[in-house]
Amino acid sequence: MFFTYLWRELRRRARQAIFIAIGLALGIGLVITVTAAAAGVKNAQASVLHSLYGVGTDITVTKAPTTSSTANGGFGFSFRQGVGTATRPKAGSKIDDNTLAADFTLASIGAADVTTISKLDNVAAAAGELTLTDRTVTGTVPSFNEGSAGGGSGFGGGGGGSTGSTGSTGGGFTGGGTSTFNTGSFVVTGVDLANGELGPLSTGTISSGRTFTSADATKDVALVDSSYATTDKLKVGSTIEIGNSKAAATKFTVVGIVTEPASDDSTNVYVPLTVAQSLSGLKNDVNTIYVAATSGSDITSVADAITKSVPGVTITDQDTLASQVTGSISSASSLANNLGKWLAIAVLIAAFLLAVLLTMSAVSRRIREFGTLKALGWKSRRVVGQVMGESIAIGIVGGAIGVGLGFLGAAAVGHFAHPLTASLGSTTSSATPGGARAFTGSGGFPGGTGGTGGTAAAGRGGGGFTGGFTHAAANAVPTVTEHLTAPVTLEAVLAAVILAVLGGLIAGSFGGWRAARLRPAAALSKVA
Amino acid sequence: MYKLTDVKKDYPKGRQTVHALQGVDLEIADGEWMAIQGPTGHGKSTLLQILGGLDRATSGTVLLDGTDLTRLGEGSMTKMRATTIGFIFQTFNLIPTLTAQENVETALVPLGVSDKSRRARAAEALASVGLADRARHLPSELSGGQQQRTAIARALVKEPKVLLADEPTGNLDEDTRDEIIALLEKLWQDKGLSMVMVTHDSSVARRAQRLGTMRNGKLTVKQKVV
Repeated sequence: MFFTYLWRELRRRARQAIFIAIGLALGIGLVITVTAAAAGVKNAQASVLHSLYGVGTDITVTKAPTTSSTANGGFGFSFRQGVGTATRPKAGSKIDDNTLAADFTLASIGAADVTTISKLDNVAAAAGELTLTDRTVTGTVPSFNEGSAGGGSGFGGGGGGSTGSTGSTGGGFTGGGTSTFNTGSFVVTGVDLANGELGPLSTGTISSGRTFTSADATKDVALVDSSYATTDKLKVGSTIEIGNSKAAATKFTVVGIVTEPASDDSTNVYVPLTVAQSLSGLKNDVNTIYVAATSGSDITSVADAITKSVPGVTITDQDTLASQVTGSISSASSLANNLGKWLAIAVLIAAFLLAVLLTMSAVSRRIREFGTLKALGWKSRRVVGQVMGESIAIGIVGGAIGVGLGFLGAAAVGHFAHPLTASLGSTTSSATPGGARAFTGSGGFPGGTGGTGGTAAAGRGGGGFTGGFTHAAANAVPTVTEHLTAPVTLEAVLAAVILAVLGGLIAGSFGGWRAARLRPAAALSKVA
Repeated sequence: MYKLTDVKKDYPKGRQTVHALQGVDLEIADGEWMAIQGPTGHGKSTLLQILGGLDRATSGTVLLDGTDLTRLGEGSMTKMRATTIGFIFQTFNLIPTLTAQENVETALVPLGVSDKSRRARAAEALASVGLADRARHLPSELSGGQQQRTAIARALVKEPKVLLADEPTGNLDEDTRDEIIALLEKLWQDKGLSMVMVTHDSSVARRAQRLGTMRNGKLTVKQKVV
């Protein structure tokens, strides 16, 4: 009887029932669409962040450089290092420097701190990384300084530097004499093989060759970034020269080619951490520590613990990183989370109100009917149940239509949405690993002033150089394009169905409440 | 069966209080048919609603087989209506979306009768009022007389002790009125019901065993008809 009565009643006021159901459907469809779009934006953000950050990494620990901390392997290079003399090299001297020095944007952190952090509560793993820059300068010292007693030194220049993604950026400069210098640089990253699941290689895939094994820990083997490999025509089995702290080169065998996401860091060559530390003379140092917490909820507490146990470091987690993401992805996120959410809530509330009003109106029109049923001995509970049953049935129909509309809306978002772009803001002192570091480096150091005496040639002074570093710096703020998909999750569908039933329940409750309050005599006398 | 003592019923109407019943004393025996007449608005329907447990007296006692309806809780009152009292209304009050058969079945729903038994009893009740062939018709597909017959079947399907009828022929033409009254009289006799009928129609009232008149909330039993 319950279902017969329910079905017949809904059929009788089909137009009104459809009106209520469509109202609920619009609200629910909008909720699903907005939820899906928000999930899509979140996925896109996560994708961007993962590629910038490293899969599995919850926190990165770095240290901002101080004036003194950049002394070792600071920006630029020194010829004195190459020629082994404290005086300016003589004209005609051959220069062939290949130095490996720490990334000057990051200060060193003791390798022991990696162990300290790995032993903190709720830390699943910690891995150290040493980012280094290999710079080469080859050429002949020009002749302009001959006979220039009291003349200014010619080599005043030090170009802007960078950890740009293009790696080997050849540049040249000409001094006052007839000589040519060639410069180049690329980024070398020492990878902690014991915790390979964290850190820079976690986002990459091996496109040829193999990755590191534990047996490689002290070997001169390297993985090369695929872009760099293409530019420098490197392949598995090739040999690559990497300098050291004494400006001498060591030959490394390329064992694998790594393809990293477009947004990922600017590393050109990966070598085992121990080898990198040894070559750079930084045996007990790293400059980035990747940390994985045991669960997402522990990230904050782990970050606090790291700050206490390793003072002076900069902690970066995904929230910090996310806040630095700009571009249309950020706008879309804002749109989905603000306008979309509130619009969906507003439509849903309007739909609920509509359902409540129409249900109460329907109950008012059925006063005699309910009065009669009560006179026949129907309990108020049964009458209320009938009203609520009808409302819930409308809610379920509205929910079903709403889910369909939601899928359509989500598909439309995926189909019509423009690709989203994301950039990470300029963070000169950022501890963010990978390509997130950006800094300006377009200028060369100013050239030395010419001498006041001596030959005319001496007056030319040093030209300085504007090496290719500027090119790298220009690319140091990565922009990632992500296609927006709006996935409708099972949770969203369940939530929608619950919302629909809730809408029906709310409407039915008000209608039922009105029906329950009817005294049969009053209900009958009103129409008699 | 019924024993009413000094029953009063007041209810507010705007800022005033209407004294619908002003001390009604009445006894109705088992199997008795009583008609109540009187001008509109003088308390006939109010008295009927108090007899049927649809409304509560402001004061006085309303005993039905020894149970004081004025003291019954809502649940017990509902149960009393479901088991003991049948109602017939002037406007039939059928559920418009349900067929004649289903309308009759609604009276058995509160009794927890099984589906099969419910259908069988409803069909039997409809047959007893001559509507076996109209069981699947909606009220809108029935004439006034057929609708009232359906309402009578609904009132009697639960086999109540009391049948309360509020102007049961008020919306019917003379021929149909006579049919319905004849049917009610027959069922009253066959089933041994107590029947209280409010009516404006003197020709109907005259057929009752006893006639009461309500005027200004007071009941006067004028005559006894055999």
